[in-house]
Amino acid sequence: MGSVPDAFLRFDALGKTYDDVHAVRDVSLDIARGEFVALVGASGSGKSTLLKCINRLVEPSSGRVLLDGEDVLAGQPAPLRRRIGYVFQGIGLFPHMSVAENIALTPRLEGERLPDKRIAELLDLVELDPAMASRLPAELSGGQRQRVGVARALAGDSHLLLMDEPFGALDPITRGQLGERVRRLHDELDLTTVMVTHDMAEALLLGTRVLVMDAGHIVADETPAALLAGEGGDIAQALVDVPRAQARRLAQTSQGIGK
Amino acid sequence: MSPLLDAILDLGPQLAEHVLLCAAAVALGIAVALPLAVWASRSPPVARVALGFASLVQTIPALALLALFFPILLAARSVFGEDLPTLGFLPAWLALALYALLPILRNAVTALANLDDELIEAADGLGMSGWQKLRLVQAPLAAPYVMAGIRTASVWTIGAATLATTIGQRSLGDPIFAGLQTQNWVLVLAGCFASAGLALVADGLFGLVERGFAKRRPALVIAGALLALAGIVGAAISLVDWRGETRETVVIGAKSFSEQYILGRAIGTLLEDAGYAVEYREGLGSAVVHNALASGAIDVSVDYTGTLWTNELGRSDNPGRAAMYEEIVRWEQENTGVAVLGRLGFENAYGLAVTRETSERYGLESIADLAAVAPQLTIGGDPEWFERPEWTSVRDAYGLRFGEQRTYSPTFMYNALISGEADVISAYTSDGRIAAENLMVLADPREALPSYDAIVLISPRLAGDEALAEGLQPLLGSVDVATMRQANYAVDREDDKWPPAQAADWLLEQVRP
Repeated sequence: MGSVPDAFLRFDALGKTYDDVHAVRDVSLDIARGEFVALVGASGSGKSTLLKCINRLVEPSSGRVLLDGEDVLAGQPAPLRRRIGYVFQGIGLFPHMSVAENIALTPRLEGERLPDKRIAELLDLVELDPAMASRLPAELSGGQRQRVGVARALAGDSHLLLMDEPFGALDPITRGQLGERVRRLHDELDLTTVMVTHDMAEALLLGTRVLVMDAGHIVADETPAALLAGEGGDIAQALVDVPRAQARRLAQTSQGIGK
Repeated sequence: MSPLLDAILDLGPQLAEHVLLCAAAVALGIAVALPLAVWASRSPPVARVALGFASLVQTIPALALLALFFPILLAARSVFGEDLPTLGFLPAWLALALYALLPILRNAVTALANLDDELIEAADGLGMSGWQKLRLVQAPLAAPYVMAGIRTASVWTIGAATLATTIGQRSLGDPIFAGLQTQNWVLVLAGCFASAGLALVADGLFGLVERGFAKRRPALVIAGALLALAGIVGAAISLVDWRGETRETVVIGAKSFSEQYILGRAIGTLLEDAGYAVEYREGLGSAVVHNALASGAIDVSVDYTGTLWTNELGRSDNPGRAAMYEEIVRWEQENTGVAVLGRLGFENAYGLAVTRETSERYGLESIADLAAVAPQLTIGGDPEWFERPEWTSVRDAYGLRFGEQRTYSPTFMYNALISGEADVISAYTSDGRIAAENLMVLADPREALPSYDAIVLISPRLAGDEALAEGLQPLLGSVDVATMRQANYAVDREDDKWPPAQAADWLLEQVRP
């Protein structure tokens, strides 16, 4: 949990309690510009709560979150959120608005009109046909909808992208493709990304840095390579063992077929 | 069908006022319910209180709710001044708006509460302010449900607004109440068809708007809304022409029974002859009439000494016919400023009536004879009767214990007696059916029942108007009970029914020299 001098996002002794339950306990860490941080942990480990403290969908009970040096608790939540891209499992496309209207929402909240050309570009970025702009969300598949969700999150030109189980509801093929696409967008657009997932394989494949949470604490903070090399402690390794065991069994099965 | 069609086509002004009243009530209901629903969606205690209150209002019968606004507005005069109307449009508007509140509020609250959590999370996550979230997400998604609530409220209001007649607001209830009282079923049907038709039209138009919202087709929304608006504007325009007179208007009040309709029309005819413009507020609740007169909402009414004695003077003694009259004249002058113009001549007292057969079978001549056989008999009364001191008084004076007691509307009470459903009824002594059905009013040797002299009352505003008093002179002291019974019967009977105005003309022919 090293302290980086030019931390883009900094948690400072952050805590969140619901009644008497500690969802997040005393988390301090820095995230540098350009990192793709995967936040992994079992259900109830506090990973979503920690993520939502950044855009204040959850209000912290103690501590601070600094975004580019500014305390996110200082101002109103709405303007803060417009600067941060947010993608979540529920997607939340508005059914009474077309794809284009959904994508253009964040600029619209600021009183600006997003040009059609830019909407087409954004659709192109998430590998959707720009002709889909006029469709209603109900006419799209689940994967297409989440692609629109990502395009909408990018429309505000934010440099921070928060994703809460973004691909959790998608079928495995769509999930893999969209994950890779988002990772490439992260690189191309110089984003800083924090993604919550319960899938360690996804975290290892997409992240530049993996944080493991347990009972509100960060229990491991490693690169994917270090985790695969056995670092990070027991809880982290128990999570890494799942995809590792699956890969081993798959390899054995294919060898069996080969003989 | 033709008389029915004619009756419906005669209802233009009533229809127009009905439309305006309902539109105003639903509009007020919307104006209160929608902000309240938004507040409720952000605060569960507000939601509980608001929905609880609206549901409570809904449990009050519409008729009672309308009547309740009379004393409320009367009390409100101490704040808003004496010009605050207590009858007519204002109380009807307020009561119906209150009634329209629940369906709109409940649908809006439910729609806002059941919006998808994911959409709310997305709206918050994108950085919408509270107002943006309401305008861009909650309002458009809740619109079809809110519209369904408005649609329900409109249909309820159009039905309930027929009751506005009882508090002096012209509505499609006018023909219904007049028809019920005079057993003129064509009039009743005309009123029902007109109000049901109006409700269907409103339901159809708002259904169009609702579908437009649900299917996101603005053309449907606009078409439905414009047609509804056109109807409301049309109603308003038709009334503007119709009200284009400026003569000083005397408002004549009448309670909801035939005699009152007839006497009201007779008074109206005399006053028109004397050069006054006349308006009628007919079908008023009995309890409302005197207050309406004292407060100037109506100018002339016919009331009964016994009624005023107990209801207004709060007395329960029985000083005899003449003394009671003198005391009432004095009391009105001192307390309300209402002038008692004089007696009409007949009494419409309470009496106990039986059929000729019942009288012969049990040997009944007077109420005293009734005591011994009462346990085997059923007594029927109008809704007021069993609550009135007269009933307590006559019951205790003669020790009456009936086997069963039932309540009927005044009109159906006589049918109940003749069909044998009731053996004794609380009859009105001036009722035409007493002579026509050969009924017997039992004698009251112990004078337990007070007298009910019909008297003409004038509002404080016109109390000193000599021309008006002069114009009404022909009626005073000249209507005997036989004439009144006959006029009442002409209106009440099944065949060859007269409208009250025709009976009034006949009555005037009898009394004019």
